Amino acid sequence: MSLTEAILLTVVAAATPLLIAALGELVVERAGVLNLGLEGMMAVGASCGFAAASLSGSTVVGVVAAIFAGMALSAVFAFLTLGLAANQVASGLALTILGLGLSGLVGEAFVGTRLDPVGRIEVPGLTDLPVVGKLLFGHDPFVYIALLLTIGTAWFLKRTHHGLVLRSIGENHVSAHALGLKVLRTRLLAVLFGGACAGLAGAYLSLAYTPFWSPGMTAGRGWIALALVVFASWMPWRALGGALVFGGATVLQLHAQAASIGLPSQALSALPYIATIVALVLMSLGRGRSSAVPGSLGMPFVPDR
Amino acid sequence: MAASDAPLVAMLGIVKRFGALTANDRVDLQIRRGEIHALLGENGAGKSTLVKILDGLLQPDAGEILWEGRPVVLPDPEAAARLGIGMVFQHFSLFDNLTVAENIAVALPGEGGRSEVARRIEEVGRSYGLTLDPSRPVWTLSAGERQRIEIVRALLRKPKLLILDEPTSVLTPQEADGLFTTLERLAADGCGLLYITHRLEEVKRLCSRATIMRGGKVVAACDPRGETVAGLASLMVGADVHEVRPAPAHAVGKIRLELNNLHLPAPDLHGTPLTGAMLQVQGGEVLGIAGVAGNGQSELFAALSGESLAPRPEDVSIDGAPVGREGIDARRLRNAAFLPEERLGHAAAPRFTLSENVVLSRHATGGLVRRGVLKTGEAQRIAREVIRVFDVRKGGEDPPAATLSGGNLQKFVVGREILREPGVLVVNQPTWGVDAGAAATIRQALVDLAARGSAVVVISQDLDELFAISDRIAVLHAGRLSAARSARTATREEIGILMAGGHATDAA
Repeated sequence: MSLTEAILLTVVAAATPLLIAALGELVVERAGVLNLGLEGMMAVGASCGFAAASLSGSTVVGVVAAIFAGMALSAVFAFLTLGLAANQVASGLALTILGLGLSGLVGEAFVGTRLDPVGRIEVPGLTDLPVVGKLLFGHDPFVYIALLLTIGTAWFLKRTHHGLVLRSIGENHVSAHALGLKVLRTRLLAVLFGGACAGLAGAYLSLAYTPFWSPGMTAGRGWIALALVVFASWMPWRALGGALVFGGATVLQLHAQAASIGLPSQALSALPYIATIVALVLMSLGRGRSSAVPGSLGMPFVPDR
Repeated sequence: MAASDAPLVAMLGIVKRFGALTANDRVDLQIRRGEIHALLGENGAGKSTLVKILDGLLQPDAGEILWEGRPVVLPDPEAAARLGIGMVFQHFSLFDNLTVAENIAVALPGEGGRSEVARRIEEVGRSYGLTLDPSRPVWTLSAGERQRIEIVRALLRKPKLLILDEPTSVLTPQEADGLFTTLERLAADGCGLLYITHRLEEVKRLCSRATIMRGGKVVAACDPRGETVAGLASLMVGADVHEVRPAPAHAVGKIRLELNNLHLPAPDLHGTPLTGAMLQVQGGEVLGIAGVAGNGQSELFAALSGESLAPRPEDVSIDGAPVGREGIDARRLRNAAFLPEERLGHAAAPRFTLSENVVLSRHATGGLVRRGVLKTGEAQRIAREVIRVFDVRKGGEDPPAATLSGGNLQKFVVGREILREPGVLVVNQPTWGVDAGAAATIRQALVDLAARGSAVVVISQDLDELFAISDRIAVLHAGRLSAARSARTATREEIGILMAGGHATDAA
């Protein structure tokens, strides 16, 4: 395997959790809800997934547990912001703190345990093709799930009636309610979907990317995924491209450190986060007049009675 | 009674309270098939509350709704839509970033694919003269086109009753004529129509029955074709409406406010760029700026007030001084005053008290700040003065702005600017959503200010208002300002053509 090939494979691996979490959040924000608790939900997904997988010995059980853990935490968020119409920013930040704490509690007994990483799907014949073989046919199942998720969300949002309803609600919830659309129910389902995706992204971290649990292992990826949604202007396909860019920055940073290019390692570790900030600045400079932001994003909905 | 003899819908003894306010007090309303029924009343009379109950958006505290003779409960708009009640909203309930077809398809679950929806849009469009391009995003459309979407959407749900809330408030006179033709066709097809408005000429022309509300109660039901406009107006207001006294003859002075070929790019994707705006306003005159909403009114206001800076200093002049690059305070210090359209959120901070709101627009000019410390006593004195002179009704000594009614708050913010005796005053929509009494007070104050030698610019979508108070009228269409013409000689038709983007004799 050439070095380039190896680097590209690690870029894909680094991009996958970002993409999965960002796609979930993208759907949530398209419905008009801003859930800043992505980091917390990912952490809980990572620790619960790891715990369930070690106890049961089954990766599938771990993944399912992670998805449900993410959904459970997002249900708390939905209760606060949809049920009680609490402030979404404050609730999301609280969710992150709660999630990080909970994940430490759940994972405490498993610190130091190692699992076998999730195997790669290899297609006999195809995977051994020169150059493209490993890049197209040599990944773990999460990568393909992330791809399917991208296609699925893009199709759902653009082509289905429920997708249209969801976008309308995010665009203007007052109008949507007046037309008889179910604002709160749709948002609840969107938030739960976002939680499930965040949980799945967390499971990827602790079951495939680095197959062990350590507190704080999400390392800000939830925040990067949040920025990614903005970077992608709320479009699934652009999220795929953005995830590869951010994943690339993460990997580049590792290789730059290994090559000791004379910059302090802390500065290099900060690279993905600096890339996030630069991307957001460029976005707002270049498209200051854009209105891709869902019109009702972050605003609580309370119908008159 | 057989269901077919019963009125289409009957609302009996409807009561709706919001806290201490009774918005609907034992209201009765009956609508038959195939009639255009007017619901008349001033702002705040309870019309919108009543139709929101009929559309399932609000729940009545008491009373009963009979649909085709059977009692029904309408817990949400979906239930109303299932019965066949459709609504065309006053403030459009559209989704700006979606296309026309998407805006319509979202209200039609399980009705086939997009091409099917597009086909039905064209079908309804053809039969009712409502042409629409299904693939256009809504934000690119004019107010009239947006309203067409609402109507087509309502029609595709095959309504038996169609409610229209102030549908002509955003239309040019010619667009309104087109709408009336559509409504008459619908009524002829057997649809019941409830037409909410405070424009009496329309009611006389279009409606066969009228229910008139005042202060939350039904005060009369009549055939409007047998009534005079003045008679309907006094039923609606409960007293004779007093007309604005035209200002006594006064000399028109030197030019106090001038726009010199102002070009301003749109502030955002959905905004309107201003192109080559020329304007000269003399001391002693009221200059009205007509136009359908969204043709650059807020952009023009921002350019005049200094919220948007012009590219060149000489683009905007106040009393001969080039101020195009000066901000709002600098222009205020040149004795100009500005009053934006939205009273809650732009002209006044909702949760601030009235005296704090005085400080917000007078901090630079009113001597209200000494070494960075507010002189609250002085601010309160000014607030009391405004309240006294403009007869602002309020609860409490110095209440938050949001607790005042629309008309009273508007009188307060107008008074706040006028009592400064500004040499130049620019107001946007001075009487929007204000009751007739407050509107008359405000219009009189604007006319009187001009009579004292100030240059007054009134941007308004209410043509009647502009004809009542302006000396000259210019028209804004798609960011272009027409030449001003005398309000005494211009006709409504002439202005209407300009509002629709047509060219009158000497239009720019």
